[in-house]
Amino acid sequence: MDATLDELMTVTAARALTGGTCFVGIGKPSLAANLARRLHAPDLVLIYESGPIGSKPTVIPMSIGDGELATSADFVVGVAEMFNYWLQPGRFQVAFLGAAQIDRFANINTTVVGPYQAPITRLPGAGGAPEIAASCGEVMVIVQQTRRAFVERVDFRTSVGFGDGPGHRERLGLRGRGPQRVITDLGVLQPDPATCELVMTALHPGVTREQATAATGWELRFADDLQTTPLPTALELTTLRGLPLG
Amino acid sequence: MAELVSLAEAVHRHVRDGDTVAIEGFTHLIPTAAGAALIRSGRTDLHLVKMTPDVVCDQLIGAGCARALTFGWGGNAGVGSLHRFRDAVENGWPRPLALDEHSHAGLVNRYVAGASGLPFAVMRGYVGTDLPAHNPTISKVTCPFTGEELTAVAALNPDVAFIHAQRADRAGNVQLWGIVGAQKEVVLAARRSIVTVEEVVDTLDRRPGDVILPSWVLSAVAVVPGGARPSYAAGYYERDNDGYRAWGETSKTRESFTAWLDGVRSS
Repeated sequence: MDATLDELMTVTAARALTGGTCFVGIGKPSLAANLARRLHAPDLVLIYESGPIGSKPTVIPMSIGDGELATSADFVVGVAEMFNYWLQPGRFQVAFLGAAQIDRFANINTTVVGPYQAPITRLPGAGGAPEIAASCGEVMVIVQQTRRAFVERVDFRTSVGFGDGPGHRERLGLRGRGPQRVITDLGVLQPDPATCELVMTALHPGVTREQATAATGWELRFADDLQTTPLPTALELTTLRGLPLG
Repeated sequence: MAELVSLAEAVHRHVRDGDTVAIEGFTHLIPTAAGAALIRSGRTDLHLVKMTPDVVCDQLIGAGCARALTFGWGGNAGVGSLHRFRDAVENGWPRPLALDEHSHAGLVNRYVAGASGLPFAVMRGYVGTDLPAHNPTISKVTCPFTGEELTAVAALNPDVAFIHAQRADRAGNVQLWGIVGAQKEVVLAARRSIVTVEEVVDTLDRRPGDVILPSWVLSAVAVVPGGARPSYAAGYYERDNDGYRAWGETSKTRESFTAWLDGVRSS
């Protein structure tokens, strides 16, 4: 069974979810979290920003507030309680974020391309992301790897990854460990523990170093023990393709 | 005390040109019909406030009713852009739109401060981001007990709040349940509030996790069945995902949007 790149990204993200609590977004994050819950992490607690905690949807939601997220949840809280009581003190272990731009220190822009006062492209904005990036135990980013997205410096810092480099999160008082995995259509990047710079730790099967370098706006480094992403198993693919979409 | 009136009458009585108008509903219970009533009323120069502007604010912005928008995330969830919002920000069409931009955590805390009768709220947020540099309602405060520097966001007290709820009783007490978002906070923060409901019933049978807003904190209640579409009302109808996709098409060009707007104004 051949997997598409989208499916490979989703399965790679799902495998990284081993249990505990996961703050989920829409799209691939929701697919990945629900796939993990059906396969290797049945006790994974899914939290959606709109208020449901412990959702067990049968249909993959189109928005973060679809009805079944609430009716299948352990309980539902208001937005103020979600951010103040649950997210801010660091009760959630993993969260997913998307990015229009991401830089070598995994800082994320979802606000504008171009100057803030005269944007070339107005993007949706921050939503829950700044505080998710600050306070969740760790963050996983799912994004297409292109020169447009992987930039030397983001046009707007919507959510902090590692700021200006080593020690910056600590100086800012951010409690979570920041982005620990960036999953792309070419492979996986992880922060170098010493420099905080995103380095390619895995390439998807058939992807070359040259392709990854060409798709990255900074001088991309590769891990010494560069891995090849394992292909999805038949069970993973069948389960993913069987997830009904809303 | 809330009066049970028509939606048009509620807008006429309680909304003025130039008002700060908050519209809440976090994916669920979005008062979309109230937005159309605002367009028909001709009220203008509004400062809109909504954590997720959604279709309702996209419509008001495209119709030229808004001079400013306070918001957190301005996209069409699962579909793509809010095209009228983007056209206003990128090209000033049909008029420029001033932005007061927050994270969801920041904006909901502005409501919490407003509802609590406080001038600001304290949070850990925005730290290290570029948002505070562009927004005078985000600042810093030093904890008097520990000396720690924290984020302060200014209270928000809208002139008018609009929400949609499942039902009200004949005295104008309102009940909502499911994903309850920031509806309680925005109503208690606002000077006046208008609630559209699916139906009026004799008795509000309590539901687990429901929110009750007593008539004496509300200004008006209007019965508008389906008033949240294409959003949804738990227990009444589902989210109309195709409706959101259709709005993506309708709003894409100024021409297709204007044709839609002509239909609203003449209805």
